[in-house]
Amino acid sequence: MPKKPILFSHQPESLSILDEKGNVDKELEPELSEEFLLKLYRSMLQGRRFDERMLNLQRQGRIGTFPPLVGQEASQLGAVVALEPSDWMVPAFREALAEIWRGKSMENIILYYGGYDEGGAVEENRNDLPMAVPVSSQTLHAVGIAMAMKYRSKPEVAMTFFGDGATSEGDFHEAMNFAGVFQAPVVFICQNNQWAISTPVSKQTRSETIAEKAAGYGFPGIQVDGNDILAVYSASREAVERARSGEGPTLIECLTYRMGLHTTADDPTKYRDNKEVEVWESRDPIVRFQKYLQDKGVLSPETTQQYEEEIKVEIQGVVERSEQLMKELGAPEDMFDHQYGELPPLLLRQREEMLAQWRLDQEEENHG
Amino acid sequence: MAKMTMVQALNLALRQEMEKDDRVILLGEDVGVDGGVFRVTDGLIDTFGDERVIDTPLAESGIVGAAIGMAVYGLRPVCEIQFSGFAYFNFHQLESHAARLRHRSQGRYHVPMVLRTPYGGGVRALEHHSESREVYYAHTPGLKMVIPSGPRNSRALMVSAIRDPDPVIFFEPKSLYRAFREEVPEEEETLPLGVPVKVREGRDITLVAYGAMIPPSLEAAEILKAEHGIETEVFDLLTISPLDDTLIAESVRKTGHAVVVHEAHRSFGPGAEIMARLMENVFYFLEAPVKRVTGYDIIYPLFAREKAYMPNRKRIVRAVRETLGS
Repeated sequence: MPKKPILFSHQPESLSILDEKGNVDKELEPELSEEFLLKLYRSMLQGRRFDERMLNLQRQGRIGTFPPLVGQEASQLGAVVALEPSDWMVPAFREALAEIWRGKSMENIILYYGGYDEGGAVEENRNDLPMAVPVSSQTLHAVGIAMAMKYRSKPEVAMTFFGDGATSEGDFHEAMNFAGVFQAPVVFICQNNQWAISTPVSKQTRSETIAEKAAGYGFPGIQVDGNDILAVYSASREAVERARSGEGPTLIECLTYRMGLHTTADDPTKYRDNKEVEVWESRDPIVRFQKYLQDKGVLSPETTQQYEEEIKVEIQGVVERSEQLMKELGAPEDMFDHQYGELPPLLLRQREEMLAQWRLDQEEENHG
Repeated sequence: MAKMTMVQALNLALRQEMEKDDRVILLGEDVGVDGGVFRVTDGLIDTFGDERVIDTPLAESGIVGAAIGMAVYGLRPVCEIQFSGFAYFNFHQLESHAARLRHRSQGRYHVPMVLRTPYGGGVRALEHHSESREVYYAHTPGLKMVIPSGPRNSRALMVSAIRDPDPVIFFEPKSLYRAFREEVPEEEETLPLGVPVKVREGRDITLVAYGAMIPPSLEAAEILKAEHGIETEVFDLLTISPLDDTLIAESVRKTGHAVVVHEAHRSFGPGAEIMARLMENVFYFLEAPVKRVTGYDIIYPLFAREKAYMPNRKRIVRAVRETLGS
């Protein structure tokens, strides 16, 4: 027997619809209503402005550390809009825009980064997990949710988000393997933003793409231009449909870029060249989509101006309400809430002790 | 009532809960066709099918991470980790998510899952197959840590664990899997989590133990009575965490003496916590220092030396007599 190549049953693919100049490939252009296109555009703008406001709040010391998402608007929004409300989204920690689309209140996001556990609450109108900080660990939860959907014979899908760094973690591989073995209705969205803090993707993996890793687990993988919302949406819609019709998981690698900081505690000038950032600035996902919508005759500069004004007012209202809420919250005993279904006697006693100590602290401060 | 081993009693608990509640599903390595390496899940795949008794790939973090997702979705997964010595692969899923999702989501979700795993020594096993590291879980807020000591209470605790709304780590003392049989009623029986039970009445000294240390503790109590006239009150913790020391403190108020027994390493072990609680709550009732009979603070030896490592009834008898000065 001669030595011969073994062909993968799932050859990785790549997809781009809207180029860097906003020119569209007519053959691949998805059919979307004008109303929906404008909704996407407005949502991207809202995500960016909210992110900018969060950065300001952090720099002014009004909230704590947070991870900006600037530059990744298309890669997360294009994916999550392919879900139905009854589907589940399992985020990592840089998906505030996707979470807002699903119904997370911006007030809760500010509360969370303002240091209030209450901000982690998941609103009743959405089936999503709260954000997960330990990198890649959440991908397994999406697979478990998807296995449970399959067990219950529900036509539902779980979508999970993670970054390029996450693909080095064991949990990512266990999640991909479980998803393949059990043909779970799950969509893996890798936001390959090129950097895991200071580590470039070239030091995370020797493989040319992240998409090709899916072949090793026996299901399709596709690399899309993550700054092209039409490509992200098309690939995601196809993956969601496959999952919903019982054809199993898909891995989508969105090639994008973290334009800003890993978190507000990070200084990227320490590890990356600003020239690289400038190159990616020219690939801005919002500018590109705006050009497309204007060329298509769907969007006018006046509408953009109108959106900007509405969003500004909206975010100002959110910030004011959040800061008011922060003043009202803060009863220290609330940190004992939601520990167990029923607080054990031991913790009831510790809560009393904490309150007594806290009151003494306050008294000493007032008299000191 | 039928006389059962612990393996059979656990199997009964799983079978009955699966019959009663279609949210209960099992997953783990070799739990299906093989029935688990200790046969705790034997035959369940025949009754409930491979949709509910899931043979998974060999990946502990995968098993527990997937179980967390299932639990959040509304199922009641019971996962088996083949030996507690391999549970370190999945520890971070427990600590980072199972224990925290209720709090992180501010009550929107909870994680009603059970992680079953055999623990403890005395079975002439390979490396990584004999340790007692319950403290890792007991030190993690949000988890419950349960250890039964016999067929009947293992069945009742397993039922309670499956029905509990929070993640329960259920350590099964593997040396007791087939060590003895007990009457286990066919009809439903549960035991509350978080409450120790008094398994022997006595006035002279309070002996606190759990899991595989219960049989030697009870044997020691017999010897102490027969040979030395010492009446030992024995408590079986059953739940290591959250630990309720009320009954134990009450007992020490009466006896004025206490000894704690566990296989786990001594330093920072459950005995240290119990001694601290006794110091805090009943110090003035103590007539002698509290003693610990425990594993030593060393890597668990291979089996040729494990008898010297493991607490046994003789060590317990000596510790009680030293405490009482008898």
